[in-house]
Amino acid sequence: MLAILPPTDLQAIDKPNDAGSSVNLSWKLSSDDSMIDGYVILRRLVSDTTYHEIGLTGRGVSFFEDEGTQDGQEYVYIVASVKNSRLFTSEPSNNATSYPQVFHTGRINVLLCIALFTAFLGYFVSQARTGKELFIRRIPGLAAVDEAVGRATEMGKPILYVPGLGDIDWTATIASMNILGEVAKKIALYDTPLIVPNRWSVTYTVSKEVVKEAFVTEGRPDKFKEDYVRYLTEAQFGFAAAVNGIMMRERPATNFFIGRFWAESLIIAETGAQTGAFQIAGSDSVLQLPFFVTACDYTLIGEELYAASAYLSREPLLLGSLTAQDYGKIIVLVILFGFTLFSFFNINLLALLEVQ
Amino acid sequence: MKRIIPLFICLLIGFSMIIQFFIPHPTSLEFGSTIYKWVIVLIVFALVLAIGNLIRHHGTKIRRQKKDWPYSIVTLSSMIGMAIIGLFWGIQAESLFQKIYLNVFAPLSATMFALLAYYMASAAYRAFRARSLEATLLLAAAFIVMIGFMPFGQYIHPRFPAFAEWVMRVPNMASQRGILLGVAFGAIATALKIILGIERAWLGGKE
Repeated sequence: MLAILPPTDLQAIDKPNDAGSSVNLSWKLSSDDSMIDGYVILRRLVSDTTYHEIGLTGRGVSFFEDEGTQDGQEYVYIVASVKNSRLFTSEPSNNATSYPQVFHTGRINVLLCIALFTAFLGYFVSQARTGKELFIRRIPGLAAVDEAVGRATEMGKPILYVPGLGDIDWTATIASMNILGEVAKKIALYDTPLIVPNRWSVTYTVSKEVVKEAFVTEGRPDKFKEDYVRYLTEAQFGFAAAVNGIMMRERPATNFFIGRFWAESLIIAETGAQTGAFQIAGSDSVLQLPFFVTACDYTLIGEELYAASAYLSREPLLLGSLTAQDYGKIIVLVILFGFTLFSFFNINLLALLEVQ
Repeated sequence: MKRIIPLFICLLIGFSMIIQFFIPHPTSLEFGSTIYKWVIVLIVFALVLAIGNLIRHHGTKIRRQKKDWPYSIVTLSSMIGMAIIGLFWGIQAESLFQKIYLNVFAPLSATMFALLAYYMASAAYRAFRARSLEATLLLAAAFIVMIGFMPFGQYIHPRFPAFAEWVMRVPNMASQRGILLGVAFGAIATALKIILGIERAWLGGKE
């Protein structure tokens, strides 16, 4: 049988940006790669003399990750071409030691973006603190909140506020809780009944505290009723059925659907439309927005959901943060435009934006 | 004090989790894992409160025989029945719990999902009445895309399907990405505002 050439240029390095216990191996494929069955990876401690097999790869593969090392120990590797169970081994690799890293260098771009955005936020919030007038465009869906609450009060019917189907770890749910706080303050003033159905136990406890605090802030703690905030079920369509039942039985005059929604969005919004309720929706889910636009009177699209709390409260500090968002978007647009220009000269900078 | 403590906890945990994201060291990963375990503990406590709310709400309805109170009996008996069956006879495959889940609950959920088709037709009728410029644009875009994606489309014009595809890939995708860009900044700003204590609506607003 003819001798098979082994792989060459075997390199071993500690896996970057990890919690340790891993060494990355790379090699140049054997010149006989098409004829072999695959590669066997062998390892030994520098202080040891015997190699032990630690893994296999197919032919055409020139990379292996050894995930079983002990941090601080020095290892040396060989890779062998395998043909009919015979091994044709490479030269030993350089010595390699694995250890855990304390900073993820593949996430520097994220860190820079957060730092820049936080700096913008700090600057514009401090500007707002000095009393500088900040412009905020009219958002029809939010301008209609007073009308929505007033309508329910005049009709003597309840207001339904669905804070989405996302748990509290969805930012849209957190934004919804902020809006719920502002809406509940208006409701406390008008003494209108409120129904807040919840899908998750944690959102139930948070929304209950938010509504209760809003009533306390408006000096009406006695008007808050435990029954305003309800827990329904975690089942997606069970929740949709329950909300539909509430709309059909209790006939709220105004419905708010604000937060994260999935396939149930149209089922809920269309039922509300059929009951004749005035409806304001808001979501950051681009797939559900068309359904809300179709079935609701007003829809908060994407970032309007996150701007709502600032818009409703008119607190200068919160308005300052909106200006920071706008500047952030300008920077992203400049980056996109710049990267597009570079691409015309075959310079691809997209790797700078990759997050590991 | 009632506000300072939650704000301090929020600041501490918020920044810790941001820092944790940038440190791959095992100690950092262990810290993140511990926080998530605490989240599970919190969820269990919240679940007790939530189920208490459910029992209280429906119990009151039944006791006072409020409107549609028999539905509350169905809700409570289903919840208690499933809990008892699961606790005493287990939830393994082929158990009574699984049989009820697969033969009652799953078909009921599927029925609710199937109703979506009806609601789509109903919403489409409302949207396609073209009473405003926006509704007219929506109608035109929907018409092009629907016809283009049907086999019938290529008989109108051979390039109709490609045009429908272009509408989805270019104007539609561009607007979706525009929205997503705003959403991303909004989400980051909201997170930072809450961590830094600028946003306090969740605590009842400004003191």
